[in-house]
Amino acid sequence: MTEVIATNETILVVGGGISGMTAALEAAETGKKVVLVEKRPYVGGRVTQLYKYFPKLCHPTCGLEINQRRAKMNPNLTIITMAEVTDIKGEAGNYTATVKIAPRYINDNCTGCGNCGKAVEAEFDDEYNYGMGKRKGAYLPHRMAMPQQYVIDPAIIGSDDAQKAKDACKVNAVDLDMQEETIEFNAGAVVWATGWQPYDANKIQPYGYDRFENVITSVEFERLADPTGPTGGKILRPSDGKEVKNVAFIQCAGSRDKNHLLHCSRICCMASLKQCTYPADDVDISVYYIDIRAIDRFEDFYQKVKAQDNVKFIKSKVASIVKGEDDSPVLHGVDTEGYNRYANQHDLVVLAVGMEPSVDKESFPVDIVINEEGFIEPASENGGIFAAGCSSDALDVNRAVQHATGAALRAVQVINRVAGTEG
Amino acid sequence: MSTNSQKYRNSFLKEVEANVEEGEWVKMCMQCGVCAGSCPLGKHWDHPPQEIFMMIRAGKREEVLSSDSMWMCTSCYNCIARCPRGLPITHIMHGLAVYSKRLGLMPDNQPTAEFGQIFWDNLMKKGRVNELKMGLSMYFKDGFSQGIKNAMANQKLGQNMMKAKRMNAMEIMGGHGVNSPGDLAKIIKKAQEIEDGNIQDFS
Repeated sequence: MTEVIATNETILVVGGGISGMTAALEAAETGKKVVLVEKRPYVGGRVTQLYKYFPKLCHPTCGLEINQRRAKMNPNLTIITMAEVTDIKGEAGNYTATVKIAPRYINDNCTGCGNCGKAVEAEFDDEYNYGMGKRKGAYLPHRMAMPQQYVIDPAIIGSDDAQKAKDACKVNAVDLDMQEETIEFNAGAVVWATGWQPYDANKIQPYGYDRFENVITSVEFERLADPTGPTGGKILRPSDGKEVKNVAFIQCAGSRDKNHLLHCSRICCMASLKQCTYPADDVDISVYYIDIRAIDRFEDFYQKVKAQDNVKFIKSKVASIVKGEDDSPVLHGVDTEGYNRYANQHDLVVLAVGMEPSVDKESFPVDIVINEEGFIEPASENGGIFAAGCSSDALDVNRAVQHATGAALRAVQVINRVAGTEG
Repeated sequence: MSTNSQKYRNSFLKEVEANVEEGEWVKMCMQCGVCAGSCPLGKHWDHPPQEIFMMIRAGKREEVLSSDSMWMCTSCYNCIARCPRGLPITHIMHGLAVYSKRLGLMPDNQPTAEFGQIFWDNLMKKGRVNELKMGLSMYFKDGFSQGIKNAMANQKLGQNMMKAKRMNAMEIMGGHGVNSPGDLAKIIKKAQEIEDGNIQDFS
């Protein structure tokens, strides 16, 4: 049974991505008690799935390591993974949260040795790699996962595989009888940091993401470039595993579009520019764009990529994609600089998909103001619930961290008021 | 119109907004080009919609209004379905066609314009379209001998339509119509008056 000691001077942080972690750590480091609830089996969120950050092209593992260390060292912070907030009742200074925790089937004895993973035979699509590549039925979600504990896929529970995992464990960490549990605890303020998800590319019908293997999304491309990814860092075509010699990026795939996401997702231009630096020099790159929005004064980054000999910018929103010879996608459209009609074939097409807020308007556990784009508004009606990071707007990591720090301060203010009235 | 006011004309966008149906949307175009790329007939046009919108904003009045582009639209609605800004592109195109016809600027012998006129004249006679006469008018629009050729070429189609009761040979005698074509003419006249009154003078 998971036990959480919490009072109405506790801050609940929902979501353990870079924003949630930041808010939780900043608040905990002011001395407040914080409970962080994360849906995945590990914290760090989508940042863990990035190969490099813009503009410095450094690796997110570095910043992640610092945050994980801060989390381990702080006694004020309790992290609950594989858990979802299903209900919040009350008002600022006095909330009761209901949290549903899925069974991990692995307890805290786990040392991350990997014996269970070796013993299990069943394989599943690896969600960490967006379904590209496989993982075992007992698995460590990724190398830097925190907590550094294995997870047993519920699909193998009751099978021989599950028993094999249990038998292989030398530290008695496999608990196949673990059940889903629901807990309730108090909180004075809530930081909502459920982040974002890549816009469902299947909905952009003319681009054929659901029909063409060599049309992928920007988040998938990130995994292809990562040495720990499914191709060991080689950019290979999904259809035949051949090396990509000619790649196209399509900007605003699902963003700034009344048929899809209304808002500009802001990060996609910089993300694609960053991804232009991933392939080798002899790979031809074409970027199809409406206009380049190099946010946060990164115009110089754009200019640098523009100066790369192998990169070409085509001012046009691609109208449609059809399959050409050798499963290569052919892009159709008309460019705005000259109104020339084109049909360009590429080995691989990357859709720079938009940021969709992971804020479920229909079943949000408490009354809150959500705007037409699906983000949480900074409204006084929200009481002691503060959005952090991408649940408030489409933000890059840098801005999400700044925003989360602000949200933590708001939450701390509520707790201080509670402490004042009580003390 | 003086040469200079033509040369330095910069009010064409305003004119389109005032006088063209759905013309107020033109300024919303962000020049992404999805309409141009999505048009199944796009390569046969003088200018794709995206370019037409840019030309309107650039004040290229004569070029736009005498272009064949808006007459080429088949109303497939691909552009409307895909436009990220939700511009009613098909409707704007039709609006531009109507406006260019009103000003008499459409290209000579434009088949779609000719068809439109024949359809209208046919319709206004009795308040209902007489399919047989409509077909004959189209066949013979380029002269008698061409008309015979056209009729012979489409003989089979005509016979099949009669068999399927989609066309009646007796319609040649005058054909069916509304109860009171005179009243219809009055309604249309009133509507035209209202429309004419709404047109702003930019000449």
